Amino acid sequence: MNDYAANPILLEARALTFTRQDERVFGPLDFAVHRGEAVLVEGDNGSGKTTLLRVLASLLQASAGELRLYDAPLTRAAAAGEILLLGHHLGLKADLTPLENLRYVAGLFGQRRGADASQALASVGLAGFEHEPVRRLSAGQRKRAALARLLIVPAALWLLDEPYANLDREGIALVNRLLERHVHTGGSALVTSHGTVDFLAGSPRRIELRAA
Amino acid sequence: MTPGSTAAACLAVLRRDLLLAWRRRGDAALPLLYAIIVTALFPFAIGPEAALLSRIAAGVVLVTVLLAMLISLDSLFRADLEDGSLEQLLLAPQSLTLLAAMKILAHWLTTALPLLLLSPLLAAMLGLPQGAYGVLFLALAVSTPLISLFGAVLTSLTVDTRRSGMLLALMLLPLMVPVVIFAAGAVAAAAQGLPWAAPLAFLGAMLALAVVLAPLACGAALRIALDA
Repeated sequence: MNDYAANPILLEARALTFTRQDERVFGPLDFAVHRGEAVLVEGDNGSGKTTLLRVLASLLQASAGELRLYDAPLTRAAAAGEILLLGHHLGLKADLTPLENLRYVAGLFGQRRGADASQALASVGLAGFEHEPVRRLSAGQRKRAALARLLIVPAALWLLDEPYANLDREGIALVNRLLERHVHTGGSALVTSHGTVDFLAGSPRRIELRAA
Repeated sequence: MTPGSTAAACLAVLRRDLLLAWRRRGDAALPLLYAIIVTALFPFAIGPEAALLSRIAAGVVLVTVLLAMLISLDSLFRADLEDGSLEQLLLAPQSLTLLAAMKILAHWLTTALPLLLLSPLLAAMLGLPQGAYGVLFLALAVSTPLISLFGAVLTSLTVDTRRSGMLLALMLLPLMVPVVIFAAGAVAAAAQGLPWAAPLAFLGAMLALAVVLAPLACGAALRIALDA
Protein backbone atom coordinates (compact mmCIF):
# COMPACT_ATOMS: atom_id res chain seq x y z
CA MET A 1 0.00 0.00 0.00
CA ASN A 2 2.99 2.28 -0.41
CA ASP A 3 2.61 2.53 -4.14
CA TYR A 4 -0.42 4.80 -4.01
CA ALA A 5 1.63 7.83 -5.05
CA ALA A 6 1.52 6.50 -8.61
CA ASN A 7 -2.27 6.31 -8.49
CA PRO A 8 -4.44 9.13 -9.80
CA ILE A 9 -5.47 11.83 -7.37
CA LEU A 10 -8.97 11.42 -5.93
CA LEU A 11 -9.30 14.57 -3.87
CA GLU A 12 -7.22 17.70 -3.96
CA ALA A 13 -7.35 20.81 -1.80
CA ARG A 14 -5.69 24.04 -2.85
CA ALA A 15 -5.25 26.80 -0.28
CA LEU A 16 -8.38 25.56 1.48
CA THR A 17 -9.40 27.93 4.26
CA PHE A 18 -12.38 28.04 6.55
CA THR A 19 -13.27 31.01 8.69
CA ARG A 20 -16.11 31.31 11.14
CA GLN A 21 -17.19 34.81 12.07
CA ASP A 22 -13.91 36.33 10.88
CA GLU A 23 -11.91 33.83 12.89
CA ARG A 24 -9.81 31.35 10.98
CA VAL A 25 -10.62 27.76 11.89
CA PHE A 26 -8.02 26.15 9.64
CA GLY A 27 -5.98 26.73 6.55
CA PRO A 28 -4.76 27.58 4.11
CA LEU A 29 -4.31 23.85 3.52
CA ASP A 30 -2.82 22.17 0.45
CA PHE A 31 -3.03 18.42 0.14
CA ALA A 32 -3.93 15.67 -2.26
CA VAL A 33 -5.36 12.26 -1.50
CA HIS A 34 -4.50 9.57 -4.04
CA ARG A 35 -6.62 6.57 -4.78
CA GLY A 36 -5.73 3.75 -2.45
CA GLU A 37 -4.39 6.08 0.21
CA ALA A 38 -5.46 6.61 3.78
CA VAL A 39 -4.46 9.92 5.35
CA LEU A 40 -4.49 10.72 9.04
CA VAL A 41 -5.67 14.20 10.03
CA GLU A 42 -4.03 15.07 13.31
CA GLY A 43 -4.59 17.98 15.63
CA ASP A 44 -5.51 19.02 19.13
CA ASN A 45 -9.06 19.48 20.32
CA GLY A 46 -10.58 22.46 18.54
CA SER A 47 -8.02 22.55 15.77
CA GLY A 48 -10.67 22.14 13.09
CA LYS A 49 -10.50 18.43 12.22
CA THR A 50 -14.24 17.93 12.23
CA THR A 51 -14.76 21.20 10.37
CA LEU A 52 -12.31 20.08 7.69
CA LEU A 53 -14.20 16.83 7.15
CA ARG A 54 -17.53 18.67 6.99
CA VAL A 55 -16.07 21.03 4.39
CA LEU A 56 -14.82 18.08 2.36
CA ALA A 57 -18.27 16.48 2.54
CA SER A 58 -19.75 19.79 1.24
CA LEU A 59 -21.85 20.23 4.35
CA LEU A 60 -19.94 23.45 4.99
CA GLN A 61 -18.87 25.99 2.42
CA ALA A 62 -15.13 26.70 2.35
CA SER A 63 -14.31 30.36 2.83
CA ALA A 64 -11.47 30.37 0.34
CA GLY A 65 -9.50 27.94 -1.77
CA GLU A 66 -10.47 25.18 -4.10
CA LEU A 67 -11.49 21.55 -3.77
CA ARG A 68 -11.20 19.12 -6.65
CA LEU A 69 -12.58 15.60 -6.95
CA TYR A 70 -11.34 13.41 -9.81
CA ASP A 71 -9.59 16.50 -11.19
CA ALA A 72 -12.83 18.45 -11.53
CA PRO A 73 -14.25 21.07 -9.16
CA LEU A 74 -15.96 19.42 -6.22
CA THR A 75 -19.65 20.18 -6.46
CA ARG A 76 -22.49 18.60 -4.59
CA ALA A 77 -23.59 16.78 -7.72
CA ALA A 78 -20.09 15.45 -8.37
CA ALA A 79 -19.66 14.33 -4.77
CA ALA A 80 -23.01 12.54 -4.61
CA GLY A 81 -22.43 8.93 -3.70
CA GLU A 82 -18.65 9.24 -3.83
CA ILE A 83 -18.17 10.47 -0.27
CA LEU A 84 -19.18 8.81 2.96
CA LEU A 85 -18.96 10.76 6.21
CA LEU A 86 -18.99 9.12 9.60
CA GLY A 87 -19.19 11.88 12.18
CA HIS A 88 -19.47 12.25 15.95
CA HIS A 89 -23.21 11.89 15.66
CA LEU A 90 -23.51 8.43 14.26
CA GLY A 91 -26.80 8.94 12.46
CA LEU A 92 -28.40 5.92 14.11
CA LYS A 93 -32.02 5.97 15.22
CA ALA A 94 -32.17 4.81 18.82
CA ASP A 95 -35.61 3.25 18.39
CA LEU A 96 -34.57 1.13 15.42
CA THR A 97 -32.40 -1.96 15.41
CA PRO A 98 -28.91 -1.95 13.83
CA LEU A 99 -30.32 -3.98 10.96
CA GLU A 100 -33.15 -1.51 10.30
CA ASN A 101 -30.70 1.39 10.52
CA LEU A 102 -28.38 -0.29 8.05
CA ARG A 103 -31.17 -1.15 5.59
CA TYR A 104 -32.25 2.50 5.69
CA VAL A 105 -28.72 3.64 4.82
CA ALA A 106 -28.54 1.06 2.02
CA GLY A 107 -31.80 2.41 0.62
CA LEU A 108 -30.48 5.95 0.76
CA PHE A 109 -26.94 5.46 -0.50
CA GLY A 110 -27.15 2.21 -2.41
CA GLN A 111 -25.47 -1.07 -1.70
CA ARG A 112 -22.17 -2.60 -2.78
CA ARG A 113 -22.56 -5.55 -5.06
CA GLY A 114 -22.70 -8.71 -2.99
CA ALA A 115 -22.96 -6.79 0.29
CA ASP A 116 -25.48 -8.01 2.81
CA ALA A 117 -26.72 -6.10 5.84
CA SER A 118 -26.77 -8.93 8.38
CA GLN A 119 -23.41 -10.17 7.13
CA ALA A 120 -21.96 -6.68 7.54
CA LEU A 121 -23.23 -6.53 11.12
CA ALA A 122 -21.70 -9.91 11.85
CA SER A 123 -18.32 -8.79 10.54
CA VAL A 124 -18.27 -5.74 12.82
CA GLY A 125 -18.95 -8.02 15.78
CA LEU A 126 -22.65 -7.36 16.26
CA ALA A 127 -23.90 -10.87 15.51
CA GLY A 128 -26.76 -11.52 17.90
CA PHE A 129 -27.53 -7.82 18.34
CA GLU A 130 -29.15 -7.25 14.93
CA HIS A 131 -32.64 -7.04 16.38
CA GLU A 132 -31.82 -5.15 19.56
CA PRO A 133 -32.90 -1.47 19.54
CA VAL A 134 -29.85 0.77 19.27
CA ARG A 135 -30.76 2.53 22.52
CA ARG A 136 -29.91 -0.67 24.41
CA LEU A 137 -26.44 -0.97 22.87
CA SER A 138 -23.27 0.31 24.50
CA ALA A 139 -21.38 3.27 23.05
CA GLY A 140 -18.84 0.95 21.47
CA GLN A 141 -21.52 -1.26 19.98
CA ARG A 142 -23.27 1.78 18.52
CA LYS A 143 -19.99 2.80 16.94
CA ARG A 144 -19.70 -0.66 15.44
CA ALA A 145 -23.27 -0.46 14.15
CA ALA A 146 -22.33 2.78 12.39
CA LEU A 147 -19.09 1.27 11.07
CA ALA A 148 -21.09 -1.49 9.38
CA ARG A 149 -22.18 1.26 7.00
CA LEU A 150 -18.65 1.23 5.55
CA LEU A 151 -19.15 -2.34 4.38
CA ILE A 152 -22.45 -1.58 2.66
CA VAL A 153 -22.20 1.86 1.07
CA PRO A 154 -20.27 2.03 -2.22
CA ALA A 155 -18.31 5.26 -1.67
CA ALA A 156 -14.80 5.92 -2.96
CA LEU A 157 -13.78 8.41 -0.25
CA TRP A 158 -14.33 7.74 3.43
CA LEU A 159 -14.28 10.68 5.84
CA LEU A 160 -14.04 9.15 9.29
CA ASP A 161 -14.22 11.51 12.26
CA GLU A 162 -12.60 9.92 15.30
CA PRO A 163 -13.48 6.37 14.26
CA TYR A 164 -11.43 4.96 17.12
CA ALA A 165 -13.34 6.74 19.88
CA ASN A 166 -15.26 4.45 22.26
CA LEU A 167 -13.79 1.31 20.71
CA ASP A 168 -11.90 -1.45 22.51
CA ARG A 169 -8.59 -2.79 21.21
CA GLU A 170 -10.33 -5.28 18.99
CA GLY A 171 -12.58 -2.53 17.64
CA ILE A 172 -9.54 -0.42 16.75
CA ALA A 173 -8.12 -3.41 14.88
CA LEU A 174 -11.47 -3.70 13.13
CA VAL A 175 -11.34 -0.10 11.91
CA ASN A 176 -7.80 -0.65 10.65
CA ARG A 177 -8.90 -3.84 8.91
CA LEU A 178 -11.79 -2.04 7.21
CA LEU A 179 -9.48 0.78 6.13
CA GLU A 180 -6.90 -1.63 4.80
CA ARG A 181 -9.45 -3.48 2.72
CA HIS A 182 -10.82 -0.18 1.42
CA VAL A 183 -7.44 1.16 0.26
CA HIS A 184 -6.56 -2.20 -1.30
CA THR A 185 -9.60 -1.96 -3.52
CA GLY A 186 -8.61 1.51 -4.68
CA GLY A 187 -10.58 3.55 -2.16
CA SER A 188 -9.27 6.47 -0.14
CA ALA A 189 -9.89 7.71 3.36
CA LEU A 190 -9.30 10.69 5.59
CA VAL A 191 -9.27 9.78 9.24
CA THR A 192 -9.12 12.23 12.13
CA SER A 193 -7.62 11.43 15.47
CA HIS A 194 -6.22 13.38 18.37
CA GLY A 195 -3.39 10.89 18.46
CA THR A 196 -2.31 7.84 20.45
CA VAL A 197 -3.73 5.13 18.22
CA ASP A 198 -1.90 2.73 15.95
CA PHE A 199 -3.16 3.91 12.62
CA LEU A 200 -2.81 1.14 10.06
CA ALA A 201 0.58 -0.44 9.63
CA GLY A 202 3.63 1.50 8.56
CA SER A 203 3.55 5.27 8.47
CA PRO A 204 0.68 6.77 6.50
CA ARG A 205 0.74 10.39 5.47
CA ARG A 206 -0.44 12.89 8.02
CA ILE A 207 -2.08 16.29 7.77
CA GLU A 208 -1.37 18.39 10.83
CA LEU A 209 -3.90 20.94 11.99
CA ARG A 210 -3.05 23.49 14.63
CA ALA A 211 -5.47 25.51 16.67
CA ALA A 212 -5.42 29.05 15.28
CA MET B 1 -36.11 -1.91 -7.10
CA THR B 2 -32.37 -1.31 -7.10
CA PRO B 3 -30.90 0.00 -3.84
CA GLY B 4 -29.66 3.56 -4.23
CA SER B 5 -32.22 4.50 -6.87
CA THR B 6 -34.39 7.53 -6.19
CA ALA B 7 -37.46 5.38 -5.65
CA ALA B 8 -35.61 3.15 -3.19
CA ALA B 9 -34.32 6.17 -1.26
CA CYS B 10 -37.78 7.74 -1.04
CA LEU B 11 -39.24 4.48 0.12
CA ALA B 12 -36.45 4.04 2.68
CA VAL B 13 -37.11 7.48 4.20
CA LEU B 14 -40.86 6.94 4.28
CA ARG B 15 -40.55 3.44 5.74
CA ARG B 16 -38.12 4.56 8.42
CA ASP B 17 -40.26 7.49 9.57
CA LEU B 18 -43.41 5.37 9.68
CA LEU B 19 -41.54 2.65 11.58
CA LEU B 20 -40.20 5.22 14.04
CA ALA B 21 -43.69 6.61 14.57
CA TRP B 22 -44.95 3.08 15.19
CA ARG B 23 -42.18 2.39 17.74
CA ARG B 24 -43.13 5.59 19.55
CA ARG B 25 -46.88 5.34 19.12
CA GLY B 26 -47.36 6.72 22.64
CA ASP B 27 -46.03 10.05 21.38
CA ALA B 28 -48.19 9.80 18.28
CA ALA B 29 -51.32 9.50 20.44
CA LEU B 30 -50.66 12.84 22.11
CA PRO B 31 -52.21 15.06 19.37
CA LEU B 32 -55.31 12.83 19.33
CA LEU B 33 -55.66 13.09 23.07
CA TYR B 34 -55.17 16.84 22.92
CA ALA B 35 -57.90 17.22 20.28
CA ILE B 36 -60.34 15.10 22.29
CA ILE B 37 -59.69 17.00 25.50
CA VAL B 38 -60.07 20.43 23.90
CA THR B 39 -63.31 19.46 22.20
CA ALA B 40 -64.65 17.90 25.37
CA LEU B 41 -63.87 21.03 27.40
CA PHE B 42 -65.68 23.47 25.11
CA PRO B 43 -69.24 22.63 26.24
CA PHE B 44 -68.14 22.99 29.86
CA ALA B 45 -66.58 26.36 29.19
CA ILE B 46 -69.36 27.98 27.19
CA GLY B 47 -72.39 26.14 28.52
CA PRO B 48 -74.37 23.17 27.17
CA GLU B 49 -76.55 25.15 24.81
CA ALA B 50 -77.09 22.83 21.82
CA ALA B 51 -77.85 25.52 19.25
CA LEU B 52 -74.73 27.53 20.12
CA LEU B 53 -72.49 24.44 20.19
CA SER B 54 -73.69 23.15 16.85
CA ARG B 55 -73.10 26.57 15.33
CA ILE B 56 -69.46 26.74 16.48
CA ALA B 57 -68.76 23.00 16.09
CA ALA B 58 -67.11 23.19 12.67
CA GLY B 59 -64.84 26.05 13.65
CA VAL B 60 -63.79 24.42 16.91
CA VAL B 61 -62.98 21.10 15.25
CA LEU B 62 -61.06 22.83 12.49
CA VAL B 63 -58.91 24.91 14.81
CA THR B 64 -58.40 22.05 17.27
CA VAL B 65 -57.20 19.65 14.58
CA LEU B 66 -54.85 22.19 13.00
CA LEU B 67 -53.39 23.15 16.39
CA ALA B 68 -53.02 19.51 17.42
CA MET B 69 -50.84 19.02 14.36
CA LEU B 70 -48.34 21.55 15.70
CA ILE B 71 -47.51 19.37 18.70
CA SER B 72 -45.38 16.97 16.73
CA LEU B 73 -44.18 19.46 14.13
CA ASP B 74 -41.22 20.81 16.06
CA SER B 75 -39.49 17.42 16.17
CA LEU B 76 -39.88 16.79 12.43
CA PHE B 77 -36.25 17.59 11.66
CA ARG B 78 -34.85 18.29 15.12
CA ALA B 79 -34.61 14.63 16.15
CA ASP B 80 -32.75 13.92 12.92
CA LEU B 81 -30.42 16.85 13.50
CA GLU B 82 -29.55 15.72 17.00
CA ASP B 83 -28.63 12.13 16.16
CA GLY B 84 -26.84 12.95 12.91
CA SER B 85 -29.35 11.36 10.52
CA LEU B 86 -30.01 14.76 8.99
CA GLU B 87 -26.35 14.91 7.92
CA GLN B 88 -26.73 11.53 6.25
CA LEU B 89 -29.93 12.69 4.54
CA LEU B 90 -28.12 15.73 3.13
CA LEU B 91 -25.20 13.61 1.93
CA ALA B 92 -27.39 11.07 0.17
CA PRO B 93 -26.92 11.07 -3.60
CA GLN B 94 -30.60 11.84 -4.11
CA SER B 95 -32.67 14.96 -4.54
CA LEU B 96 -33.07 16.47 -1.09
CA THR B 97 -36.37 17.98 -2.23
CA LEU B 98 -37.86 14.54 -2.77
CA LEU B 99 -36.49 13.16 0.48
CA ALA B 100 -37.86 16.16 2.40
CA ALA B 101 -41.20 15.61 0.69
CA MET B 102 -41.16 12.02 1.96
CA LYS B 103 -40.54 13.21 5.51
CA ILE B 104 -43.45 15.65 5.21
CA LEU B 105 -45.66 12.88 3.82
CA ALA B 106 -44.71 10.68 6.76
CA HIS B 107 -45.58 13.50 9.16
CA TRP B 108 -48.96 13.93 7.54
CA LEU B 109 -49.66 10.19 7.59
CA THR B 110 -48.70 9.78 11.24
CA THR B 111 -50.16 13.01 12.65
CA ALA B 112 -52.87 14.40 10.41
CA LEU B 113 -54.46 11.21 9.11
CA PRO B 114 -55.43 9.90 12.58
CA LEU B 115 -56.79 13.36 13.44
CA LEU B 116 -58.71 13.42 10.18
CA LEU B 117 -60.30 10.06 10.97
CA LEU B 118 -61.10 11.29 14.47
CA SER B 119 -62.72 14.53 13.27
CA PRO B 120 -66.27 13.16 12.70
CA LEU B 121 -66.28 12.01 16.32
CA LEU B 122 -65.10 15.44 17.49
CA ALA B 123 -67.79 17.09 15.38
CA ALA B 124 -70.44 14.75 16.80
CA MET B 125 -69.37 15.66 20.34
CA LEU B 126 -70.41 19.25 19.59
CA GLY B 127 -73.48 18.34 17.54
CA LEU B 128 -72.44 19.52 14.09
CA PRO B 129 -75.48 19.77 11.74
CA GLN B 130 -75.93 16.62 9.64
CA GLY B 131 -75.24 18.19 6.25
CA ALA B 132 -71.87 19.68 7.20
CA TYR B 133 -69.90 16.49 7.98
CA GLY B 134 -68.82 15.82 4.42
CA VAL B 135 -67.64 19.38 3.82
CA LEU B 136 -65.82 19.54 7.15
CA PHE B 137 -64.01 16.32 6.32
CA LEU B 138 -63.08 17.64 2.88
CA ALA B 139 -61.93 20.96 4.31
CA LEU B 140 -59.70 19.14 6.82
CA ALA B 141 -58.38 16.81 4.13
CA VAL B 142 -57.17 19.82 2.13
CA SER B 143 -56.00 22.03 4.99
CA THR B 144 -54.04 19.47 7.04
CA PRO B 145 -51.48 18.80 4.27
CA LEU B 146 -51.11 22.57 3.92
CA ILE B 147 -50.21 22.86 7.60
CA SER B 148 -47.77 19.93 7.30
CA LEU B 149 -46.08 21.60 4.32
CA PHE B 150 -45.99 25.15 5.76
CA GLY B 151 -44.88 23.80 9.12
CA ALA B 152 -42.10 21.73 7.59
CA VAL B 153 -40.63 24.79 5.85
CA LEU B 154 -40.68 26.75 9.09
CA THR B 155 -39.24 23.92 11.20
CA SER B 156 -36.42 23.44 8.74
CA LEU B 157 -35.70 27.18 8.96
CA THR B 158 -35.56 27.05 12.75
CA VAL B 159 -34.05 23.60 13.17
CA ASP B 160 -30.75 24.88 14.58
CA THR B 161 -32.41 27.40 16.90
CA ARG B 162 -32.89 26.24 20.44
CA ARG B 163 -36.41 26.54 21.88
CA SER B 164 -37.80 27.22 18.45
CA GLY B 165 -41.27 26.00 19.43
CA MET B 166 -42.52 29.48 20.22
CA LEU B 167 -40.87 30.96 17.14
CA LEU B 168 -42.53 28.28 15.04
CA ALA B 169 -45.98 29.04 16.43
CA LEU B 170 -45.49 32.77 15.81
CA MET B 171 -44.34 32.28 12.23
CA LEU B 172 -47.02 29.73 11.44
CA LEU B 173 -49.86 31.94 12.65
CA PRO B 174 -50.08 34.21 9.57
CA LEU B 175 -49.90 31.15 7.33
CA MET B 176 -52.66 29.38 9.24
CA VAL B 177 -55.07 32.32 9.11
CA PRO B 178 -56.01 32.04 5.40
CA VAL B 179 -56.26 28.26 5.70
CA VAL B 180 -58.70 28.57 8.60
CA ILE B 181 -60.69 31.35 6.90
CA PHE B 182 -61.25 29.39 3.70
CA ALA B 183 -61.87 26.04 5.39
CA ALA B 184 -64.32 27.57 7.89
CA GLY B 185 -65.94 29.54 5.08
CA ALA B 186 -66.64 26.37 3.14
CA VAL B 187 -68.19 24.63 6.16
CA ALA B 188 -70.29 27.70 7.07
CA ALA B 189 -71.57 27.98 3.52
CA ALA B 190 -72.52 24.30 3.48
CA ALA B 191 -74.35 24.67 6.81
CA GLN B 192 -76.47 27.45 5.28
CA GLY B 193 -77.11 25.48 2.11
CA LEU B 194 -74.97 27.78 -0.02
CA PRO B 195 -72.42 26.63 -2.62
CA TRP B 196 -69.20 25.72 -0.78
CA ALA B 197 -66.89 24.56 -3.58
CA ALA B 198 -65.13 27.88 -4.22
CA PRO B 199 -63.27 28.26 -0.90
CA LEU B 200 -62.22 24.60 -1.04
CA ALA B 201 -61.01 25.06 -4.60
CA PHE B 202 -58.92 27.98 -3.42
CA LEU B 203 -57.40 25.82 -0.67
CA GLY B 204 -56.76 23.14 -3.27
CA ALA B 205 -54.88 25.64 -5.41
CA MET B 206 -52.78 26.64 -2.39
CA LEU B 207 -52.09 22.97 -1.73
CA ALA B 208 -51.01 22.33 -5.31
CA LEU B 209 -48.58 25.22 -5.08
CA ALA B 210 -47.30 24.19 -1.65
CA VAL B 211 -46.75 20.55 -2.63
CA VAL B 212 -44.33 21.71 -5.32
CA LEU B 213 -42.63 24.60 -3.55
CA ALA B 214 -42.53 23.66 0.14
CA PRO B 215 -40.23 20.61 -0.17
CA LEU B 216 -37.91 22.71 -2.33
CA ALA B 217 -37.76 25.44 0.32
CA CYS B 218 -37.40 22.78 3.00
CA GLY B 219 -34.33 21.25 1.36
CA ALA B 220 -32.68 24.63 0.86
CA ALA B 221 -33.39 25.65 4.45
CA LEU B 222 -31.92 22.40 5.80
CA ARG B 223 -28.70 22.93 3.83
CA ILE B 224 -28.43 26.43 5.24
CA ALA B 225 -29.17 25.19 8.76
CA LEU B 226 -26.31 22.67 8.65
CA ASP B 227 -23.90 25.12 7.03
CA ALA B 228 -23.22 26.87 10.31
